[in-house]
Amino acid sequence: MALIDKHVILERSPSLLLAFSLSVVTIGGIVEIAPLFWLENTIEEVEGMRPYSPLELAGRDIYIREGCYVCHSQMIRPMRDEVERYGHYSLAAESMYDHPFQWGSKRTGPDLARVGGRYSDEWHLDHLIDPQSVVPESIMPKYGFLMNARLDGDQIGDLMATHRFVGVPYTDVQIKNAYSDFRVQADPDADWDDMLERYPGAAIGNFDGQPELTEMDALIAYMQMLGTLVDFSTFVPDASR
Amino acid sequence: MGEPRKDDLTGRETMGHDFDGIEELNTPMPRWWLICFYLTIIWGIGYTIAFPAWPMISGATAGVLGYSTRGEVSEQIEAHEAANAELVSELVSVDLAAFDPQSDLHRYAVARGASVFRAQCSQCHGSGAAGAKGYPNLLDNDWIWGGALEEIARTVRHGIRNETDTDAHWSEMPAFGDLLEGDEISALVDFIPTLPVADWDSPGGVLFTDNCASCHGDTGLGDRSQGAPNLADAIWLYGGDPDSLTQTVTYSRFGVMPAWGQRLTEADVRAVSAYVHALGGGE
Repeated sequence: MALIDKHVILERSPSLLLAFSLSVVTIGGIVEIAPLFWLENTIEEVEGMRPYSPLELAGRDIYIREGCYVCHSQMIRPMRDEVERYGHYSLAAESMYDHPFQWGSKRTGPDLARVGGRYSDEWHLDHLIDPQSVVPESIMPKYGFLMNARLDGDQIGDLMATHRFVGVPYTDVQIKNAYSDFRVQADPDADWDDMLERYPGAAIGNFDGQPELTEMDALIAYMQMLGTLVDFSTFVPDASR
Repeated sequence: MGEPRKDDLTGRETMGHDFDGIEELNTPMPRWWLICFYLTIIWGIGYTIAFPAWPMISGATAGVLGYSTRGEVSEQIEAHEAANAELVSELVSVDLAAFDPQSDLHRYAVARGASVFRAQCSQCHGSGAAGAKGYPNLLDNDWIWGGALEEIARTVRHGIRNETDTDAHWSEMPAFGDLLEGDEISALVDFIPTLPVADWDSPGGVLFTDNCASCHGDTGLGDRSQGAPNLADAIWLYGGDPDSLTQTVTYSRFGVMPAWGQRLTEADVRAVSAYVHALGGGE
């Protein structure tokens, strides 16, 4: 028991105890976290994932700002009841361009990982303005004020450059066209072919029905994309997970 | 700091601390507690051998039991599907036009459809299927695109006015604000609620015949083949008050329903259609 007796040295020196506690926690952290950055199956290869379009990215910022993640998760767990209700369980690849990810940890409202395309744009608008008008039993607050907050998109290119800095593979062309892509996605009459080529599957529309581009447009554009990108017809689940 | 010594009163060892004459007895953890503690360590080691746990260079240890979360969920789904396979194959092949509402299969379809409805449809059509402004009530017998079981199934499968399914129901009312003057729209708004007992020679009646009758019918009874609602009943999708009607006539409406055939299985589409059909208004 000689080694155990040596523990007395640590117990009697607060500084040593602190230093050794830190080293133990660090070793634990390295063993648990670090391999994830090298393991090949952490993020499986899937078809269809792309970085967010400028309007979606702006909508995502509003989603974060309004704290939507406090009540809504974006993580369908691999359980039969969840898969039956929300669709295919979420993949790590689906949040690989999220900084930070929006998995959430609590569901006061339903999971939103695959809400894209599930309801019409008009439903989202009605529901955000007055959730109880379409879901009377809902306790969600009203977000109609988003209709009054215009988005000018001046900084959207910078925002995308920042995301590129932390690892999102935006191309120079995408950043160069950020402002025009940002505008045309919310304008069905504009020439959005190039935007759609850069961001396949993006929802196009005047989501809030107003001529101005508002935060409401951005948020609905973001939600209408959620969970729709991965082509599950080509997805083969990794058996070891 | 003194040496541990034997305490006279209890006969036990002390820890060796001495603070102003106050000493502490060395009381070890109870044996049962220690045994449990060591058992949890052994259990933990065994657990990481049995289940996926340890990260290695290019993967993690798979665990000797071969467990995987995804494997388990797909097994559960397969087991569930296998248990329902017979009913499902009957359901996807049954002729909807001649679906016997007394049959066991119909009861199964309605029960299955009820849960599909709660998960997928209730957000728009309401958990009781009574709808909301802009989202049709499915309990009544007023149908825009048809209320027979196969017609409901078609609407569920392909949706309405969506961009994702080329077979979606599609109709678009013109925004008459671009075509008519303000007083003409007012005349129409005054006239429409008087249907079906209407004065066809009034200005509104003439305007109706000229502008609306081609879709909504000569007497305003609607036309399901083009999704034109019946205007002669007291059921309104967007409201029958003058303000709502003015809004509808001036700007038109454009309700969208997703194509559920792309998200649900054929059995689920048929089941939820049977459920909606059985709610009361089915034809």
